[in-house]
Amino acid sequence: MEYNEKLLKQLAFNGRKSILDMTLNGGCFIGASLSCVDVLTYLYNSFLNIKPSNLRDPNRDYFLISKGHAVPALYAVLAECNILEKRRLVNHLKENDHIYWHPNTNIPGIEFHSGSLGHNLSVAIGIAIDIKLKNDKNKVVVLLGDGELNEGSNWEGLLLAPSYELNNLIILIDRNHLQANLETENLIKLEPLKNKFEQFGFNVYDITGHDFNQIHQCFNSLKDNSKPHILILDTIRGKGIPSIERNPSKWYMKIDQDEYSALIDELSRNLEEN
Amino acid sequence: MNYEQFLLEYIPNNPEFIVLTAENRAAIRNLPNVLTKNFVDTGITEQSLVGISAGLALRGRKPIAHALAAFLTMRAFEFIRTDLGYGNLPVKIVGSFAGFLSEANGPTHQAIEDIGLMRMIPNMQVFAPADEEDMIKMLPKILKTNSPAYIRYNNLPSTINHTDFEIGIAEIIGNGNDVSILTYGTLFSETLKVKEYLENQDINCTIVNFRTLKPIDKDIILELARQSKLLVTIEDHFINSGLYSIVCNYLFEHKFVVDVLPIGLNERWFKPLMLQDILEYEKFDYVSISNQIINKLSEIK
Repeated sequence: MEYNEKLLKQLAFNGRKSILDMTLNGGCFIGASLSCVDVLTYLYNSFLNIKPSNLRDPNRDYFLISKGHAVPALYAVLAECNILEKRRLVNHLKENDHIYWHPNTNIPGIEFHSGSLGHNLSVAIGIAIDIKLKNDKNKVVVLLGDGELNEGSNWEGLLLAPSYELNNLIILIDRNHLQANLETENLIKLEPLKNKFEQFGFNVYDITGHDFNQIHQCFNSLKDNSKPHILILDTIRGKGIPSIERNPSKWYMKIDQDEYSALIDELSRNLEEN
Repeated sequence: MNYEQFLLEYIPNNPEFIVLTAENRAAIRNLPNVLTKNFVDTGITEQSLVGISAGLALRGRKPIAHALAAFLTMRAFEFIRTDLGYGNLPVKIVGSFAGFLSEANGPTHQAIEDIGLMRMIPNMQVFAPADEEDMIKMLPKILKTNSPAYIRYNNLPSTINHTDFEIGIAEIIGNGNDVSILTYGTLFSETLKVKEYLENQDINCTIVNFRTLKPIDKDIILELARQSKLLVTIEDHFINSGLYSIVCNYLFEHKFVVDVLPIGLNERWFKPLMLQDILEYEKFDYVSISNQIINKLSEIK
């Protein structure tokens, strides 16, 4: 697929703007959404074979968002790719649509619902097993939060995926170092994460989750062996809006029109500066 | 034909099906070698067993997933509820060693709330065969639907020739008007002995085998309530969430007042023993049950 860093930056900016729209229209989990919108923008525009015309084709690639509260980022990206009609985003939290705080299959492009953490890794493994059994080539990508790794069911999946040699499975960890209220390392220690995953039997890649060149380079040099893959994406919660970045209290936000305008200004200035 | 032989015949002809287990192989020990690609063992991981089944179903497969009933329906409850129920996926989960069939394992292994838990989940169908023959008769129709379903596995030997199976229709044995005994699963054959014992004392019985606990056969409940002096529910399950509560709910809904004698478990676990010893210790043997019914009838008269 085509890779154009400048275009991806513009699309990610548009995505962040849509996330702010949803923060205005009722409120959403803005911090987690902003930390993963870059990688989602990359996946849907430059890596995954998922497009409006193949959403039910068994040969499509699969993407699952296990950290369901970050779904505004996915909705924003699906809208930029014309998989979800962009005009529907204004229906956020409206009773005439299904666009609420967690993903559901009423929305085009959503493969499976999530919201309860620790579910979609096992679902992704089921999909990947069937693809392997059929000797098909489609890829399965699942996004997990770092805080989500507290859930024990993920560790079942982390044992299972290498056992089944699911080299068609790519697990993304949105390593923004914060969970709902605290820094991950101040609650349940995850580190040394890369080492843990390697010991479990994965190909592990440690990259910056906001650098399209690094992301592109990584996705195009995945090792060709029998192991499944884990990309630890070093990210910043609230990325793109400095006043929100790394701010534990800006996990969930609901804003008024004035605050919205200020944040849009901040987002635009930040884009120009970087 | 036993359960394993049924699957050995059924799966190769219906390759969209895939058998999974959370390393609970007792009933399906010979399947892995024959089914090869259509068999997945997830190890001792009930939650992942259900999640993986959901993923397979999203790819158009029809998983039949096995685990011990206690761990399947309780440890993985939220996965069943959220992935299979809310997802409305055609995954059939099979819980083994439910109710008294856990024998001497103790309370950790006692699934005596499984029917209640599974019935609470929207879209979920719930089945409890009376014995292995009943289960084999039921399976083709259960597997044909696109709903998620819970099957309370039961491989006890059959003592009668069961009627054909329809989802949501109970099996009726006899047509006595004094007592109607409503039951399912493990205690069915003991209930047949209760019928014989009571009829030797001129108490006529009808027995209902609730093979399907959801959707429940509502018509038969009301019909028997109208014609019987006493309804008896017999179950190796907590009475606050099993057949007794289903029956009472339904009777209340129809403002129908009748005596109902619950024989089941209430606020406690049962004594871990071998099956026959449990029946006697817990007073679920046919003589004890019959005497409870006779006493209740004498109170009513």
